[in-house]
Amino acid sequence: MSTETMPARGFNLSKDDLGADILEIAMGPHHPSTHGVFRMDLKLDGETVVDLKPIFGYLHRNHEKLAEDIPYPGSMPFTDRLDYLCGMTNNWAYALSLEKMLEVEVPERAQYIRIICAELTRLVNHCLLIGFFINDLGALGTPLLYALREREKILDLFETLSGARMMVNYMRFGGVRCDLPDGWLEECKRIVDKFPAFLDEYETLLNENEIVITRSQNVGVLTAEEATNFSITGPMLRASGVNYDLRKVDKYGIYDRFDFKVPLGAHGDCYDRFMIRMLEMRESIKILNQAMKDLPDGDIIGKVPRVFKPAAGTEVYGRIESPKGELGFYLVADGSTNPYRFKVRPPSFINLTALRHMCIGHKVADAVIILGSIDIVLGEVDR
Amino acid sequence: MSLLAKGILQGMAVTAKNFFQSYYKKDRLPTVQYPEEKSTVNQFTRNIPFLVFDGDDPIDGMRCTACTLCEKACPPQCIYIIKDKDENGKPIKRPAVFDIDSSVCMSCQLCVEVCPFESIRMDSEFELSNENRFEGLLLNRDELLRSNEYYHEIHPLEAQETDDRIVAKEAEAAAKKKEREEKARKAAEAKKAAAEKKAAEEATAAEEAAPATENKVAETEAPKAEAAPAETAPTAESPTEPEAKQADAAPEPKAEEETPEEPEKKE
Ligand code: SF4
Ligand code: SF4
Repeated sequence: MSTETMPARGFNLSKDDLGADILEIAMGPHHPSTHGVFRMDLKLDGETVVDLKPIFGYLHRNHEKLAEDIPYPGSMPFTDRLDYLCGMTNNWAYALSLEKMLEVEVPERAQYIRIICAELTRLVNHCLLIGFFINDLGALGTPLLYALREREKILDLFETLSGARMMVNYMRFGGVRCDLPDGWLEECKRIVDKFPAFLDEYETLLNENEIVITRSQNVGVLTAEEATNFSITGPMLRASGVNYDLRKVDKYGIYDRFDFKVPLGAHGDCYDRFMIRMLEMRESIKILNQAMKDLPDGDIIGKVPRVFKPAAGTEVYGRIESPKGELGFYLVADGSTNPYRFKVRPPSFINLTALRHMCIGHKVADAVIILGSIDIVLGEVDR
Repeated sequence: MSLLAKGILQGMAVTAKNFFQSYYKKDRLPTVQYPEEKSTVNQFTRNIPFLVFDGDDPIDGMRCTACTLCEKACPPQCIYIIKDKDENGKPIKRPAVFDIDSSVCMSCQLCVEVCPFESIRMDSEFELSNENRFEGLLLNRDELLRSNEYYHEIHPLEAQETDDRIVAKEAEAAAKKKEREEKARKAAEAKKAAAEKKAAEEATAAEEAAPATENKVAETEAPKAEAAPAETAPTAESPTEPEAKQADAAPEPKAEEETPEEPEKKE
């Protein structure tokens, strides 16, 4: 383009003619594929992403500061609202932290109930993730609704157990709130036994689907080294081939008694992340079957003090493998009934840090599925 | 490209199966046409709290004693209680104001868990929409009061357990009361004996006109003997007298005396 003459008009415009080769757009916070109020500021060269800036905080609820002003048990219902799809695991992580601080023993039966609930939550979460992932790929509705239909059955179980579908507020320091109602275990068995049939059907529907394969393979690759450097945890890390699962590493609760495998990916792309979740659901079913078989009788809550007053200066970090990754609670006590510091390590927030790295060089449409494959919930990212 | 056809056709077959089965398999079509048709509400569902009363009169049968434990335990602080007073300004164990802001309540059930009088319970009503965003969503005492029968209707299992617990508590309280009355009677007897003894001593002291020091000892000893029974006597006697009126209305009047032990109770 010469500086003296006007650029040629017509349909054969090149980038240079336009004089603006980079287009900046804000995707979100009201974009349907950002799974909540999340915004990506994209710099596009044509269809290709050259830069990306994640912007969040639209759902900030001041959870950590709020918890400093209420007694320890009062924060339990707030943890449901962190990752609002996995109330049970959030409850467990918080309960585990304070139990560690006060050295409270959890009775056997409560441990088993916790594991059953946590693995059901994993099924719920992965169902939903896969449904939305396919939705992001362009299969609007149908596969998502199949997944939601199965999820609903498990949520009904949670409702019978705790009174609410999602905001369960079920676990307590030292155990769980109430015992399983009559017939709950049978119902749970029935649903879990039917689950593999659903997974088979879903796999027929999608796994060999050429569109899924071409859209997701080699998209958003994260190597094992990059994943560890980004502190990625959970299924996303394992999709990159790193064998790190807190259920095996920490053996919190009584996970060492169960026989299950940790599925690992090889390529670290979106397809692997999708498949890992499919495989993890099958492992969860194995754990569930073992736990329901061995469920002992006994107390559901251990010996706990009436008022929780950890000694001043004690600090603790409790973590569990939530469906999304390592969920940790860091608590510092000052000798009163309220925590001095209450810090959450949310897995989806940390996993989100790799987004820019994974998206650069891909098309806009791929940025959407890369974000979907990370599995974020904004309630947890923003807290 | 033969591969392309295979995967997609497989998928189509699954969708078709789901589509046709949805006509005759309940499992495949769980949708309910909501306003016309309502799905049954699970008896364990919880939503917004309500206050239980016994009998027919909501005010007299109210179980709540305005102990404010739930107010303190509520994490988002959406309960507001003012104690009731009678004409003379004497506080009655009953709330004059009991508000729950249902737009703030997060249905966590912590208030239910701390209530020592089985008074506050979770409702399973879910059609809570209201035209007035402020006053309409602020539920006051009279809106919150529901009968025990209603409680039995929505949560049959839990209500039965609660009733059983109340009966057990009442029996325990009655046993305790009996024990206390026994104690009070003994204390009264002891008091009487002490008084007699004191009188006798005083009489002897006056008669003998003993030295001043001895007289002093007798004086200091006498109030002590009186003080011990006097401490237990008022608490033991009061429930039988002024609270007897309330005993008819409140289901477990004796439980009220446990309040001092409870305030710090969590969960
Ligand atoms: S359910 Fe929870 S938020 Fe609602 S009034 Fe009770 S304690 Fe407060
Ligand atoms: S804890 Fe129970 S008795 Fe006390 S004020 Fe609340 S509802 Fe009333």
